[in-house]
Amino acid sequence: MLEEAWQFLITHPSQFATALGVHVALSAAALAIAAGIAIPVGIVAAHRPRAAFAAINVANIGRTLPSLAVLALVMPLLGTGFLPSLFALSLLALPPILINTLVGIRGIDAEVVDAARGMGMTARGILAKIEWPLALPVIFAGLRTAAIQVISGAVLAAFIGGGGLGDFITAGIAMMAVPQLLVGAIPVTLLALGADYAFGALQRRITPRGLRVA
Amino acid sequence: MTWFLRNFDQVAVALGQHVIIALMALVIAFAIALPVGIIAARRARVYAFAITVAGFLYTIPTLAFLALLIPLVGLGRTNAIVAMVAFSLVVLIRNVATGIRGVAPDVVDAARGMGMSARQVLLRIELPLASPVIVAGLRVAAVTVISVTVVAAYVNAGGLGTLIFNGIAGDHAPKIWSGALTACALAVAVDGALALVEHHLARSSAG
Repeated sequence: MLEEAWQFLITHPSQFATALGVHVALSAAALAIAAGIAIPVGIVAAHRPRAAFAAINVANIGRTLPSLAVLALVMPLLGTGFLPSLFALSLLALPPILINTLVGIRGIDAEVVDAARGMGMTARGILAKIEWPLALPVIFAGLRTAAIQVISGAVLAAFIGGGGLGDFITAGIAMMAVPQLLVGAIPVTLLALGADYAFGALQRRITPRGLRVA
Repeated sequence: MTWFLRNFDQVAVALGQHVIIALMALVIAFAIALPVGIIAARRARVYAFAITVAGFLYTIPTLAFLALLIPLVGLGRTNAIVAMVAFSLVVLIRNVATGIRGVAPDVVDAARGMGMSARQVLLRIELPLASPVIVAGLRVAAVTVISVTVVAAYVNAGGLGTLIFNGIAGDHAPKIWSGALTACALAVAVDGALALVEHHLARSSAG
């Protein structure tokens, strides 16, 4: 079966390369858009208790929504294709990044911030030199969760014409062609595991030395 | 909205299937995770091993997992349930183990000093005190399982995803809306209900 899958892969190289490229582009763009929105919003809201409370609650609801339901809801509104899929996946990636940005900044020991203020640091300086580096590992954990969710969600984008590796899986299931299905399922699994590993390694690297657990 | 109301029976059947599949998966996953979590709470190596394996399973994209199971178990409900059990193990095992580890050693010592057996300590002290954390794990697992069930309609498992896929295939928006919004409502409602249970347990075990 694996041999047949390999045969399918080497006889359809450009089709596979396109699907892989679309999958990676869709996932990376969705993650970048979500991070570009959720991190600044999280930083601003973290210093306002009411806004933080509201943001956490909204994000918690967003986190519970089934990925396929979100993709399906976007379709009647925006149609099918790459951009509607990107929109839906960006929405799905927002909650974990937003929650972790808020938790990361609010979880910082108040005494540390007080000490910095006592030393005469401005709010801006505190954000750049204290809060950001201390919260970064937690924010990165959020990015890691979001990345896995987006790579998994991008498989479902095949249902609304978003392309990607999910196309092989849906076609394989529809025709009960197991080799074709494997050509989608195995690479996308490796992609998710690879992203998880890479984000985990990065997360350890950016953790300030004093916070590292041996 | 009119489609939803006129075809309410159809939505209700799909919702019923959805709840049954999700519940079956959750019960099986919990039956596996509870003993594994209890052992993992006491042995760091078992914990590391169980979390690594279950974490690996959790990372596999949903549809890929369902697809990879087709050569092994074919299409249908079994396929969906195996995938869902695999996806919910990591959070359940982690929360059972951390919940038990979080019980104050003094409390366990006191119970032992009163002559309780290891079994009694587990059943009467550790598990009740760990219950808020265990329910928190069940809450995340329930949401995961509901989400996976939507996709599982594609491998003929039934449930609300059936409405979504039929709607997409027939380009019938009201059907998509009905399936997707009902699935969202179910997830939010179950999450909220288990959050209440979690807070109630946290309060009663703290007081």
